[in-house]
Amino acid sequence: MPLLKVTIDNIEVEVEAGTTIMNAARKIGGAVVPPAMCYYSKLEGSGGKCRTCLVKVAQGSAKDPRPMPKLVASCRTMVQDGMVVQNITSPEAMDSRQAITEFLLLNHPLDCPVCDQAGECHLQDLSYVHGLQETRTDEERRTFKPIDIGDKIKLNMNRCILCYRCVMVADQITDKRVHGILGRGDHSEISTHILKAVDNDFSGNMIDVCPVGALTDNTFRFKSRVWFTKPFDAHRECTKCSGKVVLWMKSNEVLRVTGRKDKYGEVEEFICNDCRFDYKELKDWTVEGPRTIERHSVISQNHYETVAGISVIAPK
Amino acid sequence: MATKILLNNIEVPGLADFQVYRKLGGYTAVEKALKTLTPDDVTEEVKKSGLKGRGGAGFPTGMKWSFIDKKSEKAKYLVCNYDESEPGTFKDRHIGQLNPHQLIEGMIVGSYALGATTAYIYIRGELFYVLRIIEKAIAEAYQNGFLGENILGSGYSLNLYCHPGAGAYICGEETALLESLEGKRGNPRIKPPFPAIVGLYGSPTVVNNVETIATLPWIVNNGGESYAAIGVGNSKGTKLISACGHINKPGIYEIELGLPVEEFIFSDEYCGGIRNGNKLKAVVAGGSSVPILPADLILKTAAGEPRLMSYESLAEGGFQTGTMLGSGGFIVMDHTACIVKNLLTFARFYRHESCGQCSPCREGTSWMEKILMRIEGGQGTMKDIDLLVDIAKHVEGNTICPLGDAAAWPVASAIRHFREEFEEHVKLQKCPF
Repeated sequence: MPLLKVTIDNIEVEVEAGTTIMNAARKIGGAVVPPAMCYYSKLEGSGGKCRTCLVKVAQGSAKDPRPMPKLVASCRTMVQDGMVVQNITSPEAMDSRQAITEFLLLNHPLDCPVCDQAGECHLQDLSYVHGLQETRTDEERRTFKPIDIGDKIKLNMNRCILCYRCVMVADQITDKRVHGILGRGDHSEISTHILKAVDNDFSGNMIDVCPVGALTDNTFRFKSRVWFTKPFDAHRECTKCSGKVVLWMKSNEVLRVTGRKDKYGEVEEFICNDCRFDYKELKDWTVEGPRTIERHSVISQNHYETVAGISVIAPK
Repeated sequence: MATKILLNNIEVPGLADFQVYRKLGGYTAVEKALKTLTPDDVTEEVKKSGLKGRGGAGFPTGMKWSFIDKKSEKAKYLVCNYDESEPGTFKDRHIGQLNPHQLIEGMIVGSYALGATTAYIYIRGELFYVLRIIEKAIAEAYQNGFLGENILGSGYSLNLYCHPGAGAYICGEETALLESLEGKRGNPRIKPPFPAIVGLYGSPTVVNNVETIATLPWIVNNGGESYAAIGVGNSKGTKLISACGHINKPGIYEIELGLPVEEFIFSDEYCGGIRNGNKLKAVVAGGSSVPILPADLILKTAAGEPRLMSYESLAEGGFQTGTMLGSGGFIVMDHTACIVKNLLTFARFYRHESCGQCSPCREGTSWMEKILMRIEGGQGTMKDIDLLVDIAKHVEGNTICPLGDAAAWPVASAIRHFREEFEEHVKLQKCPF
């Protein structure tokens, strides 16, 4: 199969046929990668919903050089040979990204000071880069009461941006999905109908895939801000999953266990609920060493080796 | 006398009955197509006719059919989009209620052309009484050998099902319709792939509007060229217009495309003028989604030409001074109508009907409704008007399906043409009407 040549923000890259613009941009890396609030490469059929990754296609392909009439979702649009894409170089795409950020924040409670996700929240990152300085709305926001959607999972629907990732994770890695989207439009919500109905060995992954603080870990809630905890790669013998996790520690105390996330916030491997919720002692784990957080976000501040690719540890 | 294709025999009592319809020359198109024409011949006639999709988008039907991969080993489907729920549009209901056999005949001819052996009519949940009429008609067609195995001994078989939706406007979007038909939540799919490649159950599928399909028997009987002889420019044939609002004779009219708008509104044959001799203020020409036009621009184009009821003439001037034929929901407003209130009604509808899948539409529609509610309620500010324009601009074109556009266009056009009225609401701090 010959490789396809794509130009994204004047950088040329060669990718296989069937690659999306998003993944071609990720191959280049850095600033040209569009933000993704709903796309998750490990989940089939994800993406296309949040519209934050809209980009301009200035040239459709070498064969048909016409530009595409509308901005396209880079996570769901396949590249063509000779395609020219403008992401950060397109004022139109930047303008719409700012508008989408505003839309996503419209009903968001902006309760970052009390939200457990703060510091590793994709919506926070997005609004730092693309948000407006001031809010243009004083309309009443939609509100819901926080509920326990599963034994150890808290759902705060106010913060949800309806990315459908948790629905897909339940569809694709568990036997039976018991939660979903109820209702329609701005009054739609994630729910189970019955409290604490989500009960399976991999339900905790809903927390890992959630880009915002809508789904949080009850065993970690309000224990610490994430930037005060230090991440360590660790593993254990597990019969249900790979057992490869990240321990979030404060001194010798394990406060939280999550999957190992890459710089796009996607877990390398889904882990089981036993590893996530039940083994909170250091003796349960074989610690491999400190984890490097490559994501450009608050959690990569303070005590990590690199921030956005720049070494922050002074050379000896 | 204008040619009538869809409403020709509509006043004959008992037309929904098979025998009555048959006596009036019904099902001759099926006989002609199955006995004398190949599927490609039928497609060719439809292409020649220049028939455009009557659901709103106006995409040429013959071209839509030609996207189907005929060589595919998968089953092919023809789906009739009977989810008519656009505010102001009530033409399709009429066909199914009074003349269901013409729709069924169209379905048979269309399915034959596409090589489909299973076809569906997806009907809106609120039209349950129409569903019963259609189901009875389908049963009659089965009894008389026009549906089922080996129709008229031609070797062609077709099963036709009528499936009710649950009353969601979004299921009128073709991919949401297919999702709903498959038994899933009615969320529009992300395109491409288009239904002609991956449609119902992953198979090549054509989704056509009721009116489009009901026109097919006439085209097969009389030939595509005689259909193309009706109309003006690229707007061929006849179109059902459901006229409502402040007119003397609201109702469903079949017009030959190219009729002057002025004649349609004021002649006694059609709308019969504005009620109580009032002054015409504005018209929404093609269902709630299309831009609203003030009286002077709907009667004459910006260039001073008389405006005609055709795809091209109504669209002349782009969205700055033009609009669209859309689905034919013709809403007329006289000088007593409040544009802001009317727009609020539309905005509330789109907010309620947005599926909530993609963020610009989900959040934008509700934001616009909230602002309009404030302006109409006397608590708006001048800033709100510009904010509305800005929101509409950013919803339009950024969504998965056209519902976002449909919600944004009325807002943008109402402010474009009637800005003073919005400002008056703000200045008076109340609705002046």
